[in-house]
Amino acid sequence: MTAEARSETPDALRLTHVTKIFGGVTALDDVALSVGAGEVHCLAGENGSGKSTLIKIVTGVYQPESGAGMQIFGQDYPQITPTQARMAGIAVIWQDLALFAEMTVAENIAFETLLGNRPRPMSYARLRADAQAALAQLDVGLDLDARLGSLPIAQRQIVAIARALVSDARLIFMDEPTASLTQSETDALLAVVRTLSARGVAVVFVSHRLAEVLEIASRVTVLRDGRLVGVYPTEGMTQSRLTELMTGASFAQGVMARDTASQPEVLRIDGLGRAGDYADISLTLRAGEVLGLTGLIGAGRTELCHTLFGMTRADRGTITLNGRELRMKSNRDAVAEGIAYVSEDRLALGLIQPQSIADNAVLAVLRKITGRAGLLSQQGKDDTVSHWITELAVKIGKPSDAVSTLSGGNQQRVVLAKWLATEPKVLILDCPTVGVDVGARAGIFRIVRTLAEKGLAILLVSDEVPEVYMNADRVLHMAGGHIVAEWDPRQTGLSDMEAAVYA
Amino acid sequence: MHSFLRAYPTESKLLVVLLVICTALSLASPDFLTLVNFTSLLNNNAVNVIWAVGLLVVLIAGGIDISFAVAASVVQYLCVYAFAGIGGGNWAFGFLFAGGFGLMLGLINAFLIHQFRIISIVVTISTFNAFFGLLMFFSSGRFLYNLPSWWSQRVILWEYQTASGTWAELILPVAVMASAMLATWVLIRRTTTGRQLYAFGDNPEGARRAGISIGLMQAIAFGWCGMMAGIGGLMQAHITKEVVPNALIGRELEVLAAVVLGGARLGGGRGSVLGCFLGVLLVAITQNGLNLLGVSPYAFKMVVGIIILLAISTSNLDPAKWFETRKEGRK
Repeated sequence: MTAEARSETPDALRLTHVTKIFGGVTALDDVALSVGAGEVHCLAGENGSGKSTLIKIVTGVYQPESGAGMQIFGQDYPQITPTQARMAGIAVIWQDLALFAEMTVAENIAFETLLGNRPRPMSYARLRADAQAALAQLDVGLDLDARLGSLPIAQRQIVAIARALVSDARLIFMDEPTASLTQSETDALLAVVRTLSARGVAVVFVSHRLAEVLEIASRVTVLRDGRLVGVYPTEGMTQSRLTELMTGASFAQGVMARDTASQPEVLRIDGLGRAGDYADISLTLRAGEVLGLTGLIGAGRTELCHTLFGMTRADRGTITLNGRELRMKSNRDAVAEGIAYVSEDRLALGLIQPQSIADNAVLAVLRKITGRAGLLSQQGKDDTVSHWITELAVKIGKPSDAVSTLSGGNQQRVVLAKWLATEPKVLILDCPTVGVDVGARAGIFRIVRTLAEKGLAILLVSDEVPEVYMNADRVLHMAGGHIVAEWDPRQTGLSDMEAAVYA
Repeated sequence: MHSFLRAYPTESKLLVVLLVICTALSLASPDFLTLVNFTSLLNNNAVNVIWAVGLLVVLIAGGIDISFAVAASVVQYLCVYAFAGIGGGNWAFGFLFAGGFGLMLGLINAFLIHQFRIISIVVTISTFNAFFGLLMFFSSGRFLYNLPSWWSQRVILWEYQTASGTWAELILPVAVMASAMLATWVLIRRTTTGRQLYAFGDNPEGARRAGISIGLMQAIAFGWCGMMAGIGGLMQAHITKEVVPNALIGRELEVLAAVVLGGARLGGGRGSVLGCFLGVLLVAITQNGLNLLGVSPYAFKMVVGIIILLAISTSNLDPAKWFETRKEGRK
């Protein structure tokens, strides 16, 4: 940066008329983005709205169509290569972080200094000093000699940010940095982002979590279907307004709760406890009811779900289903009893990614569609698959396509299809919207509501309080392994619930 | 001590296991803990260690090389004819030619892997067969005994007559082994290129995005392995005083097992020179010990197999962690 440029403090980034066409498909159509120096700016949009394409254009991975203007810290770039982008001070922290698990924290942070095709002697002292300096800028301390792979994901995130600082980044793009963080880790990350901003580093934040977007960013640029919807100050912006802008549709964000007290009881838990996980849990779940269960990560929610699904056993207490006490040895028993569990980690546990949509959908009911001689019935499989694809409105090409080709929202529907095919009486949904964008979330909750109206008893587990507030009939608050409160969303406001949970 | 445990968990474990085995063997056999036995162990395993440190670099970079032992045989034949061509040669030419021919064979692997994006195990199984087939075809399976005298004459670096009258000695391959270990250590620990090799093996996509030249990494890794294969071949012929086309086939798995035993990960990104050395030594000492105890040689392979199985299945146990929990437990 030249002296006169600094005195004017030009914008970190000024993009105009960016269009990108991939083989006839317009990914970006005349989009603009400007980010002030030291500004925290949010790039919002659903999956497929063009956010990633835009980041790749700024970093030189893709070249835009002609007519685009790009100015970085006051300097014009008619074209930019990845190396030029890095020299200009642009860094991207990808969702997968691109770190090296077997190397030390210091090597990961100061990785820039190891680059170059000509061999140079290693100076571990300088490496550590560079790494330490970057961490100091972030006001965090990490063990420089720890193997990166031994760190929790939140700390790896910090390492990735520190690495950007070592290469003197002044404009950092963060792609979904909080997707796999807990609330307190997210808070720590947001604090780091504020520190960066205070030091004059501009941050462009891409996130599905609208609450944190509104908290951290000063302005938000909204994209939809590759077009610029607008640039808005976050001051005075609400989550529902932002959702409308992103999806172009208005979602009724009212409370869905109904009175279900007259419905027959399906599941009853009395004094359930498991050492180290949860204690003294009692609750009832009625037919057609959506029971919300919220609390911070580590509150014991998932552990309770695992017991209800027969994967772990409680030390004390009873689980009663339709008036009969259950003794489950494994989750196979749970499925046989009519309990279905959609796990938190859809990518790893809920789906077999390279296999086809059809194979995934029938995975839990293989026995049902097995004909005589123990062979699978193709007819039975096709029927099951087509029934649930229609029922849940899964957008797919062919049932034989790999699940990995589907978007997050549609993958979640395939998981639902898999479990609904078992014809459960109780459906446990553990954080069903992790990694699913706003529009698709609404679709999933519409399905949840429809299932409840058909009489299914649903336990909706989520660490996002607004989700249970809006979609559940009753909300239980779990903390430290205990149920500490029960709320009726029609009587208790969202802010009260959030205050209690995030306290 | 603690930081060594944390940085080198596998190596520390190996060291402990080696000490235990050595103690047990020296109690069981009076011949084990002798200078003669120790020096002959080093002499007999120098070639394996030279190959192991070459293969180590490939494993660190996330690849695998099955062809290096056969490549060493090819280098031996090429060397015999090349030395005849220049009228005899000497040790300087020997290392130059053996290292150079080996490097070329390694670069052929690197080229095929990088240019056609074929995984290294497939490429090196192919070159293993191609190298061996060509060698057998052109040599007609003939043994060569007419090595230049500088090559086949034993070079004794150090000798000592023990009280019982037997000679303990160290021969040239041991010095070459030490140099190969040092050079490899400098490459992978003390140069930026070496750290790039680790990074590339650990997360190829991350390395590519960071701007590391993938082709260069493959060339260095497989070139280094090839060069060490050639030098190892030169030393092996020096010891046996003959060149036999199928003498080295099969050695690649023995060396691979020792390197993996030494903590190199087949997925890439992990491994050390010390680990390699200890891995080769553990296999050798076990065989040596069984031999001294009069166990049938047919049982050796079985025992080595069991050791490797045990080592791999306990590789997730981290001694540094035991240390930590014990400390916490005392609090």
